Amino acid sequence: MRNKTSLAIVILLALTLAACGGKKGVKDGEEDGVSTTALDDGSGGLGSELGAAGDLAANNKVYFEYDSAAVTDDSRVLVEAHAQNLLDNPGVTVVLEGHADERGTREYNLALGERRALAVAEIMVAYGVTRDRMQTISYGEERPESLEHNESSWALNRRVVILR
Amino acid sequence: MKNNKGRCLTRALVAWIGLFLCMNAQAALEIEITQGVEAGIPIAVVPFEWQGAGLPPHIVSDIIEADLKRSGRFDAIPRGDFLSTPHDHKQVNFKDWRLIKAEALVVGRVQQLGSDQYQVEFRLFDVFKSKQLGGFRYKVPGGSLRKLAHQISDVIYLKLTGERGAFDTRIAYVTVERGSVKQRYLLRVADSDGFGPVTILESNEPILSPSWSPDGQTLAYVSFEKGRSMIFTQRLRDGRRELIAQFQGLNGAPAWSPDGRTLAVVSSREGNPEIYALNLQSKDMRRLTNHLAIDTEPAFSPDGRHIIFTSDRAGRPQIYRMRSDGTSVERLTFEGVYNARASYAADGKRLTLVTNQGSGYRIGVFFIDSKGLLVLTDTTLDESPSFAPNGAMILYATQQGGRGVLSAVSADGRVKQVLRFQKGDVREPAWSPYNRKL
Repeated sequence: MRNKTSLAIVILLALTLAACGGKKGVKDGEEDGVSTTALDDGSGGLGSELGAAGDLAANNKVYFEYDSAAVTDDSRVLVEAHAQNLLDNPGVTVVLEGHADERGTREYNLALGERRALAVAEIMVAYGVTRDRMQTISYGEERPESLEHNESSWALNRRVVILR
Repeated sequence: MKNNKGRCLTRALVAWIGLFLCMNAQAALEIEITQGVEAGIPIAVVPFEWQGAGLPPHIVSDIIEADLKRSGRFDAIPRGDFLSTPHDHKQVNFKDWRLIKAEALVVGRVQQLGSDQYQVEFRLFDVFKSKQLGGFRYKVPGGSLRKLAHQISDVIYLKLTGERGAFDTRIAYVTVERGSVKQRYLLRVADSDGFGPVTILESNEPILSPSWSPDGQTLAYVSFEKGRSMIFTQRLRDGRRELIAQFQGLNGAPAWSPDGRTLAVVSSREGNPEIYALNLQSKDMRRLTNHLAIDTEPAFSPDGRHIIFTSDRAGRPQIYRMRSDGTSVERLTFEGVYNARASYAADGKRLTLVTNQGSGYRIGVFFIDSKGLLVLTDTTLDESPSFAPNGAMILYATQQGGRGVLSAVSADGRVKQVLRFQKGDVREPAWSPYNRKL
């Protein structure tokens, strides 16, 4: 029961942060370790969807800055929600698919996608998930989510997809 | 010469060499010279006389003229300006060619000997000295006429520039055809001018990084056909494939050692993308780099003593060089925010690479001794550059009208051209070494 509650809180946090992060597309004001994005006015109606199995499946993408494999604090909460879900469901394994945007060279982006997937895996390991439950695959820039050649398209393509 | 300048430049800028491959309509290709040169050698290539039934399988003199134009070293005089159309030495009147300011003249003849046997002869003249510089006669089957034309271009290039030509070489590249549901990836090999493509591998999953063995007989490449990146080699002669690297994590960026015995590869089997030397015979893997950063895109120096590679160990991707045993790592590039995918020219003194100096991903040449970097292109999403084996041209991929096309630029940046295929996104080109047998 306690486990369920904590999961619900983590998911709520993750969804809220993911929603905020997604809207702005960049890190919000973050000073002295205080995040100003965590507060929500409650109008989003997130509460009603809590705990539904579809929530994590629908929020399974971790986005990255250009040429970076660093998981932002906002995304870390989302990854930890997935990690908690793995701890709650011992039979489940995940594939972490790393992707990059089209800029730069394909092999460098293949390595960058791998680094991104590994970065997400590290957070899960730190959370207590064993490595044998995760597999990393990098597609580099070969599987873009958006085919346009612009900044907003590239932002969508720099991602790790967590697949059950 | 002065007189030629304006005409040459205008012509180069508007020149559309509308060459279409008759054998395979799908593979139709056009080459547009997007930037010409001001001072090429004015050359007249007279259409070769055809003695045979119907039409010849390939128009040898057209292929030669297009080769010479593409090299940027020649200014092909329009056929409409010709005052006569000789086919051998007895028919040449040098005065006709001095009048239209040709410095070199090519004439020839193609005779059909049997159902699939052709005799080709050509002669090259120095117009001002009224002298023959060379002449050859060949007997070949129809399927070899295109290859022969490239060999003749190589002879002409050598006689007139003193440097070895690279027309009789090949290119490998990947074409992506987007379907409504699936994509199709084709690994292809074509003549250096993009004609005569042969698909050597088809897959619904990505193919990338084709790399020629030093003898030009085998390609190594990365294929996702088994769900993730793995390295294969494939012999061109008989299509024999071998799965070389399927380690845990990514397997990528294969590069041959000059002796053909070792593949430098990238693997993350120990947790982080690192460069390894894989002995092709013993399959022994030796780790060459050991750094928390990304290390990838290895390439051997022509003497085999060094490996250059891309690393972001200083924060952004830059080119580094180490001994081929992994020792003595040094950073080579400092100019620009992004330098990657470097490979050597055969002279061992120049690298071609992808560089971003703040306004896009472009093709550059890096001079190892002076550390100078020359940016050759002005587009923004250029990739995968490789030198022709004679070091005169660089082949690369770029975007045009929202799709991938192959482009070539002279190593000094003066001549540019686009190879446009009718279908698909074209990417990942790699220019073959010499050593192609007829």
